Amino acid sequence: MNLQKILEKHAFQKDHLIEILIDLQNEKTYKFVTEEEVSLIADALKVPVSHVCGVMSFYTLLSFDERGKYIIQVCKDVPCYLNDDFNVLTTIEKALDISCGDTSKDQFFTLEQTACLGCCDEAPAMRINNKVYTKLTKAKVLRILEEYKEGILC
Amino acid sequence: MATITMNNQQLEVTNEMTILEAAKAHNINIPTLCHYPDLAINSDCRICVVEIEGKRMLPTSCSTPVQDGMVIYTNSPRVLQARKTITELMLSSHDANCTACTRNMRCELQTLSKNLGIDINRFEPTYKDLPIDDNNPSLVRNMNRCIKCGRCVDVCKTVQGVHVLERMGRSNEMMIAPAFNQSLNNLICTYCGQCANVCPVGAIMEKDDTDLVWENLHNPKKRTLVQVAPAVRVAIGESFHSLDDTVPIGKLVSALKHLGFDEVYDTNFTADLTIMEEGNELIYRIQNDDVLPMMTSCCPGWINYVEQHHSDILKHISSCKSPQQMFGALAKNYYKEQENLNKEDIFVVSIMPCTAKKYEAKREEFTDQYDNPDVDVVLTTRELEKMFRQMGVDFDQLDNRDFDEPFGMTSGAAQLFGASGGVMEAALRTVTEVLSGKPLKSLDFSAVRGMDGIKEASFNLKGQEIKVAVSHSLSNAEQLIQGIKDGTSPYTFIEIMACPGGCIGGGGQPYGTDSASRLKRMETTYRVDLEKDIRKSHDNPAIKTLYDNYLQKPLSELSHHLLHTRYYPR
Ligand code: SF4
Ligand code: SF4
Ligand code: SF4
Ligand code: FES
Repeated sequence: MNLQKILEKHAFQKDHLIEILIDLQNEKTYKFVTEEEVSLIADALKVPVSHVCGVMSFYTLLSFDERGKYIIQVCKDVPCYLNDDFNVLTTIEKALDISCGDTSKDQFFTLEQTACLGCCDEAPAMRINNKVYTKLTKAKVLRILEEYKEGILC
Repeated sequence: MATITMNNQQLEVTNEMTILEAAKAHNINIPTLCHYPDLAINSDCRICVVEIEGKRMLPTSCSTPVQDGMVIYTNSPRVLQARKTITELMLSSHDANCTACTRNMRCELQTLSKNLGIDINRFEPTYKDLPIDDNNPSLVRNMNRCIKCGRCVDVCKTVQGVHVLERMGRSNEMMIAPAFNQSLNNLICTYCGQCANVCPVGAIMEKDDTDLVWENLHNPKKRTLVQVAPAVRVAIGESFHSLDDTVPIGKLVSALKHLGFDEVYDTNFTADLTIMEEGNELIYRIQNDDVLPMMTSCCPGWINYVEQHHSDILKHISSCKSPQQMFGALAKNYYKEQENLNKEDIFVVSIMPCTAKKYEAKREEFTDQYDNPDVDVVLTTRELEKMFRQMGVDFDQLDNRDFDEPFGMTSGAAQLFGASGGVMEAALRTVTEVLSGKPLKSLDFSAVRGMDGIKEASFNLKGQEIKVAVSHSLSNAEQLIQGIKDGTSPYTFIEIMACPGGCIGGGGQPYGTDSASRLKRMETTYRVDLEKDIRKSHDNPAIKTLYDNYLQKPLSELSHHLLHTRYYPR
């Protein structure tokens, strides 16, 4: 489905902006939106480009950069930080040998931080694509990563 | 009505009031930062918090309505501590090099910090060394100083409807920026400067050109000419107490001479000239079934907007240059010839209420093939203020002087250019008299005066019904533009100004411009007009002389060459 079809599906409605951006992103292997597409969407919905950029930049779900097949988003809010004596982010950074914000060379994983995932009661938490994993421990994180690599989880 | 208790005092207030408004009404001061008169309430900064009995959190007074029986403390230790912490947090992410900042001693963050008695900041500085955006002739953005109050976003989005600036990102990484974090440029920004006017700190400012002016004032090879726009004189007094709110025009002329200008001229003169040209263009368009409605062209903020967003209606825009550029053209041609000078010997400075005028002066159309601009430098009202301070001008010691001739004699109509509806009224005074051949009974066209966003009026001109419209703030222009596009516009002539209230509310006017100060400047404008002996542009003898000796007649070949221009889609 190309951009035009996605816009038609949403009947060019301004308040479908987020859905349009998500649909467009999910169309692509590397899950990103280009600046050109943002301008086209702004024109089509008759909203200012700055507005679309504001939305793009607000949601960590949306990205201007090419990303991997699996996007790991680690919650960066306070309960997740305080909840365990290990750090989810550095654990993953070490395991995948990438820094936060980067994509692995094989374009398999992208590592990001995100605002609250709404699982403070089961912190610490992370999300991989649409799945949320909670009550993380170091061993659990490493196991989850392995299972993605082996194709057990997807 | 509701009864509330504020700081142990019983107060009667109306139910619609916020706590902040209730406090203000009873002279209780609550500090604010993101809150600005005329703009939406965002509650972004939280400096206005108060304590309410029975509430665990400290709500923001700017956005919380009063309730009967509320017991409020505006200055309890908890409130003060919270305000201090908030201010310290803001300061830690702010490049607080106050002594080297244009806003030094007139910065809202600095005042807040002073009033709260901040003497130590417990937080580590977190601001990053962000690049400064100064790639355009009008404005400079220094985001290292931004406190993210959102006023600029609001004014650009809701008042101007241009929506260049937006909050990008979230939480402590949120930044105010144009789309794709590009610099302000002539494809997206009108340079109206409203954002700079409302910014509480030194994060968006006009590009400072005062050094260039000082250099040329002290260059013996240069003849320095200055022109002063109508809106400047009704506002600059606010910045100098000794000028009070009386129109300090005579003293302003003295002060400019004091700075070292060789000739002090009046933009009102070329405003009269604009009326002669634009009025006759309108008459020509009416009589020759040419494109109508005609739209005014004096406001470069509006011209930028229409070139960017509505290039399909460019043929509706009057071909007249703005008064600023007409003056530049006369200075570098007529004056040059009269005085036997070369263009390079003349340095033309404009004092404008406007940041868009800085861009206008740099347009290619207003620069000759040797890169010599008609207007060399444009200073805002605020920059002139700065030069007066640098010079230590003491207005009490100055006498009143008249503008120099030949560009000093002006009509009351010209003064109206500063206020929304003024160009329309000045044009109507001339056009109706010229067309009917009879002197006007009343010179006041009150329907086009005042602060309504869109003003309409209709007149009977030689049996023909003529409808006109006036708008100010770009968001209001949109409706009139759509009418033209879909062919339903009933108007013959439309005046559009980019800024709220017209140029009196321009982006380069003194800080703290709000609806109250705009109204005051508007009143002064009409008073100046009333006090003038000549109140119609075509009655100005100096204008007649200019036509007799030089231009011949309105819309003559020479007039077209010097005083008219073209517009381009962007
Ligand atoms: S100058 Fe005017 S158009 Fe440009 S960003 Fe500021 S408010 Fe918006
Ligand atoms: S640039 Fe100025 S007005 Fe805009 S958010 Fe920053 S501090 Fe506020
Ligand atoms: S209304 Fe006046 S001050 Fe505002 S942009 Fe236009 S010319 Fe400049
Ligand atoms: S002034 Fe009330 S939150 Fe900023």
